[in-house]
Amino acid sequence: MKKELKIVVLAKQVPDTRNVGKDAMTPEGTVNRAALPAIFNPEDLNALEMALSLKDRVEGAEVRVLTMGPQRAADVIRDAMFRGADGGYLLSGREFAGSDTLATSYALSCALRKIEPDIIIAGRQAIDGDTAQVGPQVAEKLSLPQITYAEEITEIKEDTLVIRRRLSGGVELVECPLKSVITVNASAPACRPRNAKRVMKFKYALATSERAAAPESVAAQRAAEKEYLQIVEFAAADVNPDPEQLGLKGSPTKVKKIENVVFQAKEAKRLTASDEDINSLMVELIASHTLG
Amino acid sequence: MANFFSDNKDLQFHLQHPAMRKIVELKERNFREKDTYDYAPHDFDDAMDSYRRVLEIAGEVCGDVIAPNAEGVDKEGPKVVNDHVQYASGTVENLKAVVDAGLGGMTLPRKYNGLNFPLICFVMANEMVARADAGFENIWGLQDCAETLNEFASEELKEKFLPLVSEGATCAMDLTEPDAGSDLGAVMLKATWSEEKQTWLLNGVKRFITNGDGDISLVLARTEEGTTDARGLSMLVYDKRDGGVKVRRIENKMGIKGSPTCELVFTNAPAYLVGDRKMGLIKYVMSLMNAARLGIGAQSVGTCEAAYREALKYAHERQQFGKPIIQFAAVSEMLSNMKAKLQGARALLYETARFVEIYKQYTHISHERPLEGDERKEMKFYTRLADGFTPLVKLFSSEYANQLAYDAIQIHGGSGFMKDYPCERLYRDARIMNIYEGTSQLQVVAAINAVTKGTFLEQIGRYAEADYVEAVQPVVEKLKSLTEQFREMVDYVEANDKEVAGFKEFHARRLVETAGHIIITYILCRQAGECEDYINSARVFCKLAVGKIAEAHTYVMTSTTDDVALFKAVEQEC
Repeated sequence: MKKELKIVVLAKQVPDTRNVGKDAMTPEGTVNRAALPAIFNPEDLNALEMALSLKDRVEGAEVRVLTMGPQRAADVIRDAMFRGADGGYLLSGREFAGSDTLATSYALSCALRKIEPDIIIAGRQAIDGDTAQVGPQVAEKLSLPQITYAEEITEIKEDTLVIRRRLSGGVELVECPLKSVITVNASAPACRPRNAKRVMKFKYALATSERAAAPESVAAQRAAEKEYLQIVEFAAADVNPDPEQLGLKGSPTKVKKIENVVFQAKEAKRLTASDEDINSLMVELIASHTLG
Repeated sequence: MANFFSDNKDLQFHLQHPAMRKIVELKERNFREKDTYDYAPHDFDDAMDSYRRVLEIAGEVCGDVIAPNAEGVDKEGPKVVNDHVQYASGTVENLKAVVDAGLGGMTLPRKYNGLNFPLICFVMANEMVARADAGFENIWGLQDCAETLNEFASEELKEKFLPLVSEGATCAMDLTEPDAGSDLGAVMLKATWSEEKQTWLLNGVKRFITNGDGDISLVLARTEEGTTDARGLSMLVYDKRDGGVKVRRIENKMGIKGSPTCELVFTNAPAYLVGDRKMGLIKYVMSLMNAARLGIGAQSVGTCEAAYREALKYAHERQQFGKPIIQFAAVSEMLSNMKAKLQGARALLYETARFVEIYKQYTHISHERPLEGDERKEMKFYTRLADGFTPLVKLFSSEYANQLAYDAIQIHGGSGFMKDYPCERLYRDARIMNIYEGTSQLQVVAAINAVTKGTFLEQIGRYAEADYVEAVQPVVEKLKSLTEQFREMVDYVEANDKEVAGFKEFHARRLVETAGHIIITYILCRQAGECEDYINSARVFCKLAVGKIAEAHTYVMTSTTDDVALFKAVEQEC
């Protein structure tokens, strides 16, 4: 199929919470980002693969990655370019600091209005927050249909896509307009590896602020010569936001208390389905304000 | 989430060898392609950074895709479907991953879409693939057939075939026949020129062909009708898409089961002549075999790595008498010896790869312009070393792969005998490594000249002159006396061989192995100067060398010319 198609993948750089050591949390109960390696959020890699396989099938399609984060989040964009993406956008600035899902999806939607993609694909959720809210919120803000838990684009038609969704009891095939937000499940195909030639070609790709931070470096000089090595960077002002809805100011989520819960075998109770056991469990749950 | 490059300090150490500067210079020739290809390096650091990054990709593919598939591939194996090979499903996944990662044509020039990487990097990737799955290493590693085309084929053939390899086409070298194994001069598969079709046509049978249904095959065939020896053989290249070759069967092997070993029937299969007629065995197969032997060296070292890691892990986990078994002297001694052999074999592998690399690059340069006097001398120097060291590395590493796989099972105890742990697969896989691409016995034949013509002793002399750190001085002192013992053995054998022919042949393995033990210990001592992790390995390996050489020395020096007849007597038995 031949079609000009601008696909944007929403990706996030996250601390690798899958292999946590004992210093993974700060004494304040927040994630100790310094102790955990920063990685490409796993389900965003599934999303990238879905985008790249779409590009494989549609001549004229291009894939770009949008990420919001500090300067080093450009790593995610480079990684995506190594795997087949054509480029990316880094949305970065102090104004975005402390964003919850609402402020994040607002900021991303501002950037997406500017980018004007045909299709938006994101991972279902990030492994640091595990909310699965950003994708759907972006869809709402842009008034686009959303296809969640997507596993595979089974068919590409002129103006629509057929997508297989993974549900708890089975799978569902849905048809949606091209212009949709798709969030991809971990059960979708794994992302292709980094490609040797692409790594060598794009290893010096830098975002604007990275180039400005070390203009004398080999990478910055190389990037200055070649346009394909210049990662687009948006500051807050570039995407015309309402400043009140950005960062901490735009984040209604308030953390009240963080508790470390350590499950121990001795705390486990074995209950049967008898009325007596159910009754005692209900009493206990009501007493602890878990229910009621 | 495993990465077989990032988790292997020993491998990373060898990438940092000082000789890399010279190798990169020879390979990149003043970085002349930096403005022509967007992935070509601009300088030495840029090149090294690219090598490291690409090896990390290879390491990740090995750790995350190929290794997890190994058990399934071993169980499922390939099948013959409609006269062609159908790989195991895991093999198909592996191939897709290495193609996506762009790991084809690693050493080929950029004009054929290759990565133009040094041989060292290819050997490293090979080693990692073998650690993940030795059988798959055969399929992937056979891309080095393309180097033979690159060296000897016409530009037209290179332009036709090499880009395919860069895109991931797999290769095969079709040499062996039912009656031509180690003795390839007896090959009978016929190639006849068809005036009508203006092509060579192949007819006959090949047997024991690794990846025999690969996309591109180098075929040794008899182009000269009426001849019966090596002088009538030529090298041809066959494109699977042209048809004419059927897979009659896949051998049911004890190990490397994912790698299809095929019996092939050629019926008027069209093929192109590579280089000159009649040079097939004499020149091209020799080149092919040298590359293949280095490949098996890498495969063997990868298997050693896998066996050592499995054994070490189990020895920490398994508790007996209230403590992990690694804390028992008998077990820790085995593991120490395994580690020394692993690092020793690897040290010899990369030393050899550097020799091969340098002379090969001069060969390629000589196709572009006449070499200067110094360059010619250097090329000759490294060719001689490569010729001696290549059979040595094949001999040592493949025997070590077997020894380490054996020890890995021993450390697992009864559990190791079960199908539950990977060590049983490693044991089966390793068993072919000291057999194919020339048995250990044939490696000795190939290396004995380097003993008697002085190549090994001269190189040992060069090692002896180098400076070593304090910590390994006692080892270096010991090596000097071992070298004396070696010299004594060589002189004694040469003298007796003059009296009774066959005396040298009888002791050849003892002599070659003695040279190898000394050489490996020296290289480990040199590494100890750059990284103290190798001090212990040099010490441990030296102890092995002392024991082995004492045994060989005693055997040789108490042997008389009568022994030749004594050991030939068995020929009369039936």
